[in-house]
Amino acid sequence: MKIPLKYTLRNFQSRRLTTGITVIGIAMVVFVFTAVLMLAAGIRKTLVATGSTENVIVARKAANGEISSIIMNDTYNIIMSIPQVAKTADNRPMATGDVVVIINLTKIGTSGGISNVTVRGVSQPAFQLRPHVKVVEGRMFTWGAREVIVGSSIFRRFEGAQVGSTIKFAGDAWTVVGKYEAGGTGFDSEIWGDVTQLQDAFNRPGSFSTVTFRMASSDQLDAINKSFAGDNRLQQFEAKTERRFFEEQSEFMSIFISALGIFITVFFSVGAVIGAMITMYAAVANRTVEIGTLRALGFRRRSVLAAFMTESIIISLVGAAVGLFLASFLQFLKVSTLNFGSFSELEFSFTLTPETITSALIFAVLMGLVGGFLPAVRAARLNIVNALRSA
Amino acid sequence: MRILKLMFKNTLRHKLRTFLTIFGIGVAVMAFGFLRTVVTAWYSGVEASAANRLITRNSVSFIFPLPLAYKDKIAKLPGVETVSYMNWFGGVYIDKSQFFARMAVDPETALEVYPEFIVAPDQLAAFKNERNSCIIGADLAKQYNFKLGDVIPIEGDIYPGKWEFVVRAIYQPRDKMVDGTQMWFHWAYLDERMRQEMPGRAGNVGWYIIRIKDPKDAAQISEEVDKLFQNSRAETKTETEAAFQQGFVAGTGLIISLLNFMAFVIIGIIMLILGNTMIMSARERTKEYAVLKTIGFSGSHLTKLIAGESIIISLLGGGLGIALTYPIVGLFSLVVPKSWFPIFYVEPMTLILAGSSALLVGIVASLFPIQRSLRTSIVDGLRFVG
Repeated sequence: MKIPLKYTLRNFQSRRLTTGITVIGIAMVVFVFTAVLMLAAGIRKTLVATGSTENVIVARKAANGEISSIIMNDTYNIIMSIPQVAKTADNRPMATGDVVVIINLTKIGTSGGISNVTVRGVSQPAFQLRPHVKVVEGRMFTWGAREVIVGSSIFRRFEGAQVGSTIKFAGDAWTVVGKYEAGGTGFDSEIWGDVTQLQDAFNRPGSFSTVTFRMASSDQLDAINKSFAGDNRLQQFEAKTERRFFEEQSEFMSIFISALGIFITVFFSVGAVIGAMITMYAAVANRTVEIGTLRALGFRRRSVLAAFMTESIIISLVGAAVGLFLASFLQFLKVSTLNFGSFSELEFSFTLTPETITSALIFAVLMGLVGGFLPAVRAARLNIVNALRSA
Repeated sequence: MRILKLMFKNTLRHKLRTFLTIFGIGVAVMAFGFLRTVVTAWYSGVEASAANRLITRNSVSFIFPLPLAYKDKIAKLPGVETVSYMNWFGGVYIDKSQFFARMAVDPETALEVYPEFIVAPDQLAAFKNERNSCIIGADLAKQYNFKLGDVIPIEGDIYPGKWEFVVRAIYQPRDKMVDGTQMWFHWAYLDERMRQEMPGRAGNVGWYIIRIKDPKDAAQISEEVDKLFQNSRAETKTETEAAFQQGFVAGTGLIISLLNFMAFVIIGIIMLILGNTMIMSARERTKEYAVLKTIGFSGSHLTKLIAGESIIISLLGGGLGIALTYPIVGLFSLVVPKSWFPIFYVEPMTLILAGSSALLVGIVASLFPIQRSLRTSIVDGLRFVG
């Protein structure tokens, strides 16, 4: 027969302080565990959302990011001759050769703190390729002018990045004429201008960083890769879907943060498990007579074991709930960091995914199981006569 | 001294509980030590900077080059001893995950400005004499088992094409603060190929390293250098090496805050474990404390008894944690490629912080049980049933 759950719940009341401390310990571990996974998920989500699966981006094979890739004009023309490149209404390739560079801007609110910001030069089809990029304040830059538009997270965080002001780089003053939003993607952390203007200013005529084009119909990546493999002039280049490309940019950071975070939370959890173990051992020791009585009443050893395991798991689940509840508030927080994939600032928010919640709960139950098992075994193995006599 | 004996006896009354507590604190202190070591590794570039080195780079950002012609102009400034220059080469060795720093340097001056890279004179001469040779760090040589005379093939990205470099020298880092995982080769070799393949990019220098006579002049010389090239097409930004490195670290401030926050949480967890144990023990001994009070022991005696026990446990846990920090840091640097964290060791400051936070936790954790036992009247204490 099972020991009623009520017995377990009542026990919490009699040792509130110790139980509370154990719950807080587990909540802290779950909070840190969740926060780390949320951070890694946030970076990934932002960059995955940046790229579309319908677009293909071409970069140099050896390049780690857009800034270290170089594609010369003749290569650009070869890529444009591939039949899988979609055409615009006026029968031009729906493609943009982007120039991607990094400039330093001063952060608002920090005394002189500067940071790396991505500047992307695009050509006209870029706005058809990336329809989520929309000018929301001011106006679009004029093609052929030294004008730029800034992403919403740059607009907020950097000096001189407001509509109407000018940003000085490459020996010129560039007027900020508009602010765009890109739906919380990586493009929000960039500055966009006319590619020919940027090529000119940075003294890089006839060279791009990457080339992005729309596939004529989806799932043509294999055919495109075949064209690349079959053309000697394209051996040093690699085509990927835009989504895959930007997702890869998040890989290093998200793996690094998750690995470090999990490595450390495992240590934390050892502390929390030991806390739970101490609490449960004390609970058993204090209730020796009670356990003897239960056994005398006819409850089996396994019922006693189950009752103490349940107690420990409830403690850990309550801890997990508290930890997750607190961590869920992090979703309102926007943070930014230098992304090693692109070497520039990327703004993103903590993202709570269902997988994160599940892993946190499993993690907490594991802590409860490990912490409660030995004490519960001790309780179950008590000899009835000795237990009743022990008071 | 008798009270000391009593404290020790008390810790041994629940051997399992005391052992678990010490072990728990030990693991947490180890995690603290490990975290701190990661943070210091992060800042290692800043720490390893020399006060007499300035870095001059393009004011737009570090990815833009400067003309080689600036070298002589900078060298003429008073207070400047040596001017050297470098380019970040990038590229891929085997595959993208095999990362280490590859730089094109001026072989004549590079080792003058970086005296912490120690090279045997015959190897240095061999390196200087051969155009496509390179010099690599001892740690890098160990990681990939490179020997003198080996050829390192690299696929270029910033500088496209296939490149091959012959190892002619291996440098020893002067101490453990120095990065032993870099690879340097002749700047002229790079420039020669650029002149043939991408003429627009010949004669470009990534950044200048300026060795100055007196570190006190750093600010003034920096200003003078930048003034030289004001309103030119490539304006410069000159700062001390430490400030330059700090700029790289500052971008990842988020990770640093995360690590620091975790370190803070760990101290909280230690506090909870120890606090829990002390509260339990004191609660079980309520009757005993009442007896002690009855036979005339004062409150200060009880305070000493409880606090002493708490501190003994926390210090044992702290000691265990510090002892465990070394193997775990060792394990981590075995698992993680050396070039990710070139400088990775336990700083003395980390040990001091770990030890003192354990002590502090020991004191704080005993406060609540002390207060409780002092407040309980003798009659209530004697009547107490667990």
